[in-house]
Amino acid sequence: MSFGPYLLLALMEGLVKAAVLALTAVGLSLVFGVMRVVNVAHGAFFMLGAVLAWTVAQYVPGPPVFGWLAALVIAPLIVAAIAATADVLVLKRLNYDPEATIVATIGLLYILEQAALSLFGPDARPVPAPFTLKLQLPWFGYSGYKLFVVVATIAILLAVWWFMTRTRAGLVMRATQVDRQTARAFGINVDRVYAGVFALGAGLAAVAAVLLVPISQAHYLMGGDPLLLSFIVVIIGGLGSLRGTLVAALIIGLSDGVISMFYSPTLAKIIATAAVAMVLVFRPQGLFGAKA
Amino acid sequence: MKVWALHSAVLLALIVAQSLLPPYHANNLSRILVLAVFAMGYNIAFGYSGLLSLGHALLFAAGMYGAGMLVHHAGTAALPALIVGTLAGGLMALAVGLLALRTAGVSFMIVTLMFAQVGFLTILYFNGVTGGDEGIALTAPQRQMLGFDLTQDTPRFWVALTLFAVALVVKLALVQSRFGRLMLAMRENEERSRMLGLNPYTIKLQILVISGLFSGAAGAAYALLFGYLGGSFASVQYSILPMLYVLMGGAGTVLGPLLGAGLMFYLVDIASGLTSAYLMVVGAALVLLVLFAPKGVLGTLRDRWLPWLP
Repeated sequence: MSFGPYLLLALMEGLVKAAVLALTAVGLSLVFGVMRVVNVAHGAFFMLGAVLAWTVAQYVPGPPVFGWLAALVIAPLIVAAIAATADVLVLKRLNYDPEATIVATIGLLYILEQAALSLFGPDARPVPAPFTLKLQLPWFGYSGYKLFVVVATIAILLAVWWFMTRTRAGLVMRATQVDRQTARAFGINVDRVYAGVFALGAGLAAVAAVLLVPISQAHYLMGGDPLLLSFIVVIIGGLGSLRGTLVAALIIGLSDGVISMFYSPTLAKIIATAAVAMVLVFRPQGLFGAKA
Repeated sequence: MKVWALHSAVLLALIVAQSLLPPYHANNLSRILVLAVFAMGYNIAFGYSGLLSLGHALLFAAGMYGAGMLVHHAGTAALPALIVGTLAGGLMALAVGLLALRTAGVSFMIVTLMFAQVGFLTILYFNGVTGGDEGIALTAPQRQMLGFDLTQDTPRFWVALTLFAVALVVKLALVQSRFGRLMLAMRENEERSRMLGLNPYTIKLQILVISGLFSGAAGAAYALLFGYLGGSFASVQYSILPMLYVLMGGAGTVLGPLLGAGLMFYLVDIASGLTSAYLMVVGAALVLLVLFAPKGVLGTLRDRWLPWLP
C-alpha cells in the first residue's frame, strides 16, 4: 500500500477515534460545566456501560442487533441510576467541595472497578456489532460500523446541544451553572438538578460505551484510557465548553490516529498528555473556554 | 520535650515490634516504613501546605529509577544510588513544580496527574532501558549497603528503620521551624501571606522539592530493599496510595502517614485474605474517610484531646 491510502486509513481511524473521544468526553464536560465537579469515576461509568452491554447481549436471543438495541436502552438507565445514587449519598454530603469530590470519585472508581471484576470476571468480553457491513475501498476494506459510530456521535452531540439550549430542563441546568444561589432563589431544586446532571453525564458515558464496545471489548479495566483521553479533550477544549470539546476531540483524534499509525500508540499518548498539562499551565481556561 | 519523647517512643516500639513479630509481619513492617516515608513526603505537600497532588507516583518513580537504573546499568553501589535517587525525586519535583505551581486547586491536581501519566507512559515507551511493565529485578550482589545484606529480613529492617528515623526527625524539625509555619500559611491563607511580603510561588516550590526528596528516597529505598523496580510503581495507583495513607492517619500530622500506611497495609492484607476484592476496600476507605473523618485518626485525636501533637 502506498503512502496516500495509508494516510487515508490513518485519518479514518483518527476520525473514529475523534468520535469516540467526543462521545466519552461530552458527559464529563457536562458534569464539570454545570456542577464544577471533576468526576474521576467517569471512566468507570463508561466501563460499566460496556460490561452491562455485554450482559444484556447475553440474555437477548436473536440476531445481535436486538441485544445491542436492548443494551442501548438498558445500560445507560442502570448506569445513570447508580450515578444519581452516588450523587445523593456521597457528593451532595460533601457539598461538592472540589477536592473532596475528587477523592470521593476516586474511591467510587475503585469500588465500581472491583464490583465489575467480581461480578463479570477478569476476561475481556467481545460484543458482536449490530451489523457487519464492509465498505470496500480500492485499497482496503473498512468497517461500516465504525463509520456508523461517527454518524451516531454527531447525532448525539446535536441532541445534547439541542437539549441544553432549546429545552426547559437545559435552561434550568444552565441557570444553575451560572449562579447556584440565584437559581435556588427562583425556586429551582438545585439538588435535583445536580443529581440529574450527574446521572445524565454517566448515562452519556454508558451510551458511548454501548456504541463503542463492538469495536473494542468489555473489560473491567477499560475505563482508564477513556478517562484520561476525555480529561485531555475536555481540558484542551475548555472545561464545560461543548464546542471546544468537539474541536479538541477532532484535533486529538486525528493526530492520535496518524501518530499511532506511523510511530507508536504510546508515543501518541505521551504527546497528548504532555500537551494537555501545558495547556492547563499556560492557558487554564482551555483553548475555547471563557475566562473563569 | 513531650513531642520528642513521643516520637522516640514510637521508634523504640518499632524496634521491639520487629524483634517480637514473626518474620512475615516483620518483613511487612519494613515495607510499611518505606511507604510511610513516601506518605510523609506527600503529607508535607498535601497535609501541611494544602498542595493536593495526584502525581506523586512520578516522584516515587524518579527515586526508584534514579537509583535502580544506576545500579542495574552502571553497577553503582547501593548507598550512592540511594542518594542519587533521593536527589532525582527532588529534581523531578522541581521540574514539575516550576510548571504545575502556576496553577492551583483542581487544575493543579489535573496537571500533576497528567505529568505523572507522561512519566508512566515514558517508562513503558523506553521499555528496553526501563524494563517497562515487567520491570527489572536487582540481584543480590547489587543489594549490599555498608555491610548490610538487603536480601535478608533483619538488615533490611534496620536500613528501612534508619531511613524512616531520619525522615521523621527531619520532618519534625521542619514542621516546628519557621518554614513549617510558612507551609501552614500556604494552606490556610495564601493571599494573606502574599500581602505580608512573602512569595507563595517560591515557598510552594521549596515545599514540593522537599516533598520530592522524601518521595525519591522512599522510591530508591523500595527498589534497593525489595530488589524490584517496575512501571506499575509510576501508575496512578501509587499517587493515590500516599493520599490514602495520609487521609487515614491524619493530614498534617507527623505520625499520621506511618499510622495510615500501617492500618491500610493490614486492612488490605486482611481483606485480600477474605475476598479478592482488595480494590473495593481501598475505594470504600477513601469514600468513608472523606465523608466521615476528613481529618483522619490522628487529626481527630488532636482536635479532641491532644492539641500539642505536631
